[in-house]
Amino acid sequence: MHKALVMKADACTGCHQCEMMCSYGKVGAFNPAKSVMDITIFDGGAVNVPSTCTQCEDAWCMVVCPVQAITCNPATGAKEVSAEACVGCKVCSIACPFGAINYDPDSGVVSKCDLCKGEPMCVEACPTTALAYVAQDSTGYERMRHNALLAAGL
Amino acid sequence: MHYVIAGAGPAAVAAAEHLRELDGDAGVTLIGVQSQPPYSRMAIPYYLTGKVGEEGTYLRRTEDHYEKIGIDLMCGEVVSVEPGTHQVVLADGQQVSYDKLLLATGAEPIIPPVPGMDDPRVQQCWHLEDAKRIIELAKPGARAVQVGAGFIGCIILESWVLREVNLTVLEMGPRMVPRMLGDKAGSLLQSWCESKGVKVHTGVRVSAIESSEEELQVVLDNGEICPADVVIVSTGVKPRLDYLGGSGITIDQGIVIDEHMQTSVPDVYAAGDCAQGLDFSTGKTAVHAVQPTATEHGRVAAANMVGANNLPYKGSLNMNVLDTLGLITCSFGAWEGVDGGDYGELYNPENFQYINLQFKDDVLVGANSVGYHQHLGVLRGLIETRMPLGPWKDKLKDNPVLLADAYVGVNQAALQKAQ
Amino acid sequence: MSWTGNILRVDLAAGTCTSEPTNMEWAHDYMGQRGLATKYLVEETDPKVDPLSPDNKMIFATGPLTGTIAPTSGRWSVVCKGPLTGAIACSNSGGFFGAELKNAGWDMVIFEGRSASPVYLDITNDQAELKDASDLWGKSVWDTETALRDRRGDPDVRVASIGLAGENGALYAAIVNDMDRAAGRSGVGAVMGSKQLKAVVVRGTLGVTVNDPMALMKTSNAAKELLAEHAVTGTGLPTHGTQVLMNVINEVGALPTRNGHDVQFDGAHDISAEAMAEVRESDGQANLVSNHACFGCPISCARRSKIDPTHFTVKDKPQYQIVSGGLEYEAAWALGAANGVKDLDALTYANFVCNEQGLDPISLGSTIGAAMDLYGSGAISQEDTGGVALEFGNTEAFVAMVEATARGEGFGKELGQGSRRLCEKYGHPEFSMTVKSQEFPAYDPRGIQGMGLTYATSNRGACHLRSYTVASEVLGIPEKTDPLVTEGKAGLVKAFQDATAAVDSSGTCVFTTFALSGEEIAPMVDAACEGDWSVERFVEVGERIWNMERQYNIAAGFTAADDTLPERLLKDAAKTGPAEGSVNRLDEMLPEYYELRGWDASGVPSAETLGRLGL
Ligand SMILES: Cc1cc2nc3c(=O)[nH]c(=O)nc-3n(C[C@H](O)[C@H](O)[C@H](O)COP(=O)(O)OP(=O)(O)OC[C@H]3O[C@@H](n4cnc5c(N)ncnc54)[C@H](O)[C@@H]3O)c2cc1C
Ligand code: SF4
Ligand code: SF4
Repeated sequence: MHKALVMKADACTGCHQCEMMCSYGKVGAFNPAKSVMDITIFDGGAVNVPSTCTQCEDAWCMVVCPVQAITCNPATGAKEVSAEACVGCKVCSIACPFGAINYDPDSGVVSKCDLCKGEPMCVEACPTTALAYVAQDSTGYERMRHNALLAAGL
Repeated sequence: MHYVIAGAGPAAVAAAEHLRELDGDAGVTLIGVQSQPPYSRMAIPYYLTGKVGEEGTYLRRTEDHYEKIGIDLMCGEVVSVEPGTHQVVLADGQQVSYDKLLLATGAEPIIPPVPGMDDPRVQQCWHLEDAKRIIELAKPGARAVQVGAGFIGCIILESWVLREVNLTVLEMGPRMVPRMLGDKAGSLLQSWCESKGVKVHTGVRVSAIESSEEELQVVLDNGEICPADVVIVSTGVKPRLDYLGGSGITIDQGIVIDEHMQTSVPDVYAAGDCAQGLDFSTGKTAVHAVQPTATEHGRVAAANMVGANNLPYKGSLNMNVLDTLGLITCSFGAWEGVDGGDYGELYNPENFQYINLQFKDDVLVGANSVGYHQHLGVLRGLIETRMPLGPWKDKLKDNPVLLADAYVGVNQAALQKAQ
Repeated sequence: MSWTGNILRVDLAAGTCTSEPTNMEWAHDYMGQRGLATKYLVEETDPKVDPLSPDNKMIFATGPLTGTIAPTSGRWSVVCKGPLTGAIACSNSGGFFGAELKNAGWDMVIFEGRSASPVYLDITNDQAELKDASDLWGKSVWDTETALRDRRGDPDVRVASIGLAGENGALYAAIVNDMDRAAGRSGVGAVMGSKQLKAVVVRGTLGVTVNDPMALMKTSNAAKELLAEHAVTGTGLPTHGTQVLMNVINEVGALPTRNGHDVQFDGAHDISAEAMAEVRESDGQANLVSNHACFGCPISCARRSKIDPTHFTVKDKPQYQIVSGGLEYEAAWALGAANGVKDLDALTYANFVCNEQGLDPISLGSTIGAAMDLYGSGAISQEDTGGVALEFGNTEAFVAMVEATARGEGFGKELGQGSRRLCEKYGHPEFSMTVKSQEFPAYDPRGIQGMGLTYATSNRGACHLRSYTVASEVLGIPEKTDPLVTEGKAGLVKAFQDATAAVDSSGTCVFTTFALSGEEIAPMVDAACEGDWSVERFVEVGERIWNMERQYNIAAGFTAADDTLPERLLKDAAKTGPAEGSVNRLDEMLPEYYELRGWDASGVPSAETLGRLGL
């Protein structure tokens, strides 16, 4: 069974350490604007919610891509973007109902969470227990997704 | 069991692969007219700009992909469908039998019925071959006239500008991309293009294209004339249906299909640009000639073909995203609003920013945006899940830019409730 | 690397923004943020300048670690000559603004001159432009930030702005970023107001690169582990915030109460961290909603609070019935104990107002305390206060004064001048609990001797954040010293002052120093920056900065006579608690301090000292 990123809003303090490490992994600089892990802050910081790609099984982004630029890494289950193959059409970015894959005008291609080949840097960076990389099923976000899909009748 | 698919575009390939996944033993045959491996029309603009080579437009990246997973690729043009005998007939006379048939022949460009369209310097931008020819014609400094500023027109427009041609765009509608963007968004896009040196005329119709050895002259209905070295025609698409005469399959705008993607004839299904399927937003049927619909149709059709019509489809959400010279616009669902609906709007013309969110009660039903590229997918999520926005609706009406926050907030609230 | 190498110079009179390279030689000698910005100020302005004149400059500065993976990397500072004190001012803030500025590619922004009409500075990466702010002038910090975010149509922009207090020239007006983080002290907000600069809005997407990322990650992880394990940074601050101190300091007998009349407050528990977490009877909720972190901070000491919606302060005011920045210890003390007020929600409301209109709660609370003292002694009456019975402990009177000061109305206008000016005006300068005109914070020097020397010698006027000897004298960090003895305190203060100056120049938060020393922080700087940053060099930079600030103040007209404390602390003995009977014995510490600093008997750095530090 693949492991999954577990994101717990109640433990998140909104410090953005995860975003810094994530962006470092992606672009080689500490640059939250380029992080694919996102911390959404509500009530001026009373509630902080980490979110990123849930690595869906039949991933919308992967299915819709016109040039097979998104493929599943069998080792991790992560849906990975090939920057060489991606033409930057952005169709995946509107197809993903979680808004978890986004176009980067600086690179001309999309970026999303790839679980850092099985060693997520965000988890490494998180000073609380808000992020963990553990065996699947138990992730809050999975359940969130499940609920969303039920509602959508998909 | 033998599944046959007419067409070899994204809808066809998505269906073929899903059929393979669901029914490992069956035969799956894809019939396409082109000699090259199945490719993606959507990738043509990037081929034009040189971002990818020809291989970069192929739907699948490994050469033996189809062979490896046991999909037969057949080159040929389907010229008729005979439901009685469960056969399709190809242009060369070959007959192919099917147990279940999927029609995924896509769309073809609409060519305006005006004189002069047959000059070789007047080009569609539809096939890979068209693209190759345009590359020849669109030399730096050349005068190019693009007829049509629909969504495909707006995407390919960038290719001409990058090729450093001198570009004029003519659009019959009152604004650019009239079927995808409202007034404010369309005019923002227009002023953006103009700021990048593209001449844009809206509300004009081409009445003829006159040609001489040296140049073309595009004659407008208001009497004006635009001289050109190359004319690109991008005036919309229509489903490709010419081969269906005598098949008995019901046709309206496209091939009419039910919630199981089946046509009016048993064992024949349709998907993608050629199909007129359920529209998520209206509950009626419509042709949504876009990539997400094509792939989703393909997969849902495959499931119903294998599973004896047991996966009803929720309908496709019309959606689109364009990048026009760096300005990103998008549209989702009922962006024009619904009866008794309500909306929130952000309009910052000086920054080329616009968001329009359409609600029915406290549910998002449609949206337009200009100048944003982050988290656009949540618009789909909010619309398709019909999640009640609760207190977030008023916040979004005040400040539509908070839509990603709203999405996370609504989900977070739902999650807390579930716990 | 680590420094962006770019400074944005904004000429408000001319309306221009220009980019120039950071002076890297100075960066190597003064690191960044507090040190580097002060160096620029020293080089570019006359120390005698009128702080509110166009000739004063104001610098927004980040440090080399700002915006990096180093823990607490959200810090930034505002440096200028302070209008409250007439001394060097450097106010440090957290939140997200600083990291955003760094991500936009700027080490510092230097503001000079004065705009003819209200403007705001709009920065997106290397694009910077002054824009008209006429429609924002007169708006609160909260409304300004919201309006600018809407105008930019980008939810990720960060804003630093002033409210009415800064516009009206309240001498302890703050600059507030991210709604409730503030460059709070010494009146930097008044300087911003005097320049007619309403706000700075910034979006940065360029990223921050460092010299040796792997080494920085390694050293940062080591630092993070220490922070997590430490009782203060790993448990105390995350669970209780700085308010963890309220009961502790009260028990030590060092909680200045009712304008310094007492050193213990009977209402301390009512306004403590513990009280914030207690469920209120009225609405079944606690004042404290959650904790929150600044950018890059694993400690997360910030509080989010909500006032009981039926409380008299907010009853018909929905704009305050929100979750917002709650009480920190200093604010709770200044607004509460210093005035004898123990209504937690009233203090929270006052704190909200300070954030909303940009005021330093320490100076505000202490000044109201002084006014209450004046009122109690008969020096002022209801005629002066606009009919308010300004007695110690009168919650309604306190709230009325907070509101009046925030808006610069009536008696509030005088309160906005700070306690030194107020008390002098009404003939009782001895009632002012200030050093160099700046109100001192929440530690009574009679109960914690080292804090007396800290206040007396602080370059920006009385302040706990220049050398927090409380760490040693009360909390036992790095080792326990007796708060009631003076011996050894001169050395302690000097060491803390130098280390703090270095930390304040690095881009990280001084709160890390509970758990970390130069031994951990210098290696992070070393990893991030070019050049060799040994622990010794790190501390030496701190000492250099301290002496540079001192020189600036001397040039501005300060002398050894200003290195003193209010009489009350030197003459009136503490009445209760462990410190009962003692006064602050500054005279036992100051000469030794001068000597250790390498200053002469009149507190002037010797030529040798200056030479040693390359000044
Ligand atoms: C330039 C361009 C840009 C586009 N950009 C976007 C975009 O950004 N986003 C988006 O969502 N959509 C975009 N589209 C639309 C998108 O490409 C189509 O919606 C999608 O390709 C539809 O897939 P399909 O499989 O239904 O049809 P098609 O892709 O049209 O494929 C049909 C295939 O069937 C073959 N065929 C047709 N008739 C027969 C026959 N009788 N016998 C055998 N084979 C036959 C055709 O040759 C073709 O290969 C764009 C289209 C173009 C042309
Ligand atoms: S990017 Fe979106 S669609 Fe793709 S795997 Fe992640 S959550 Fe699923
Ligand atoms: S943007 Fe790239 S990854 Fe996304 S659908 Fe287009 S080509 Fe595929």
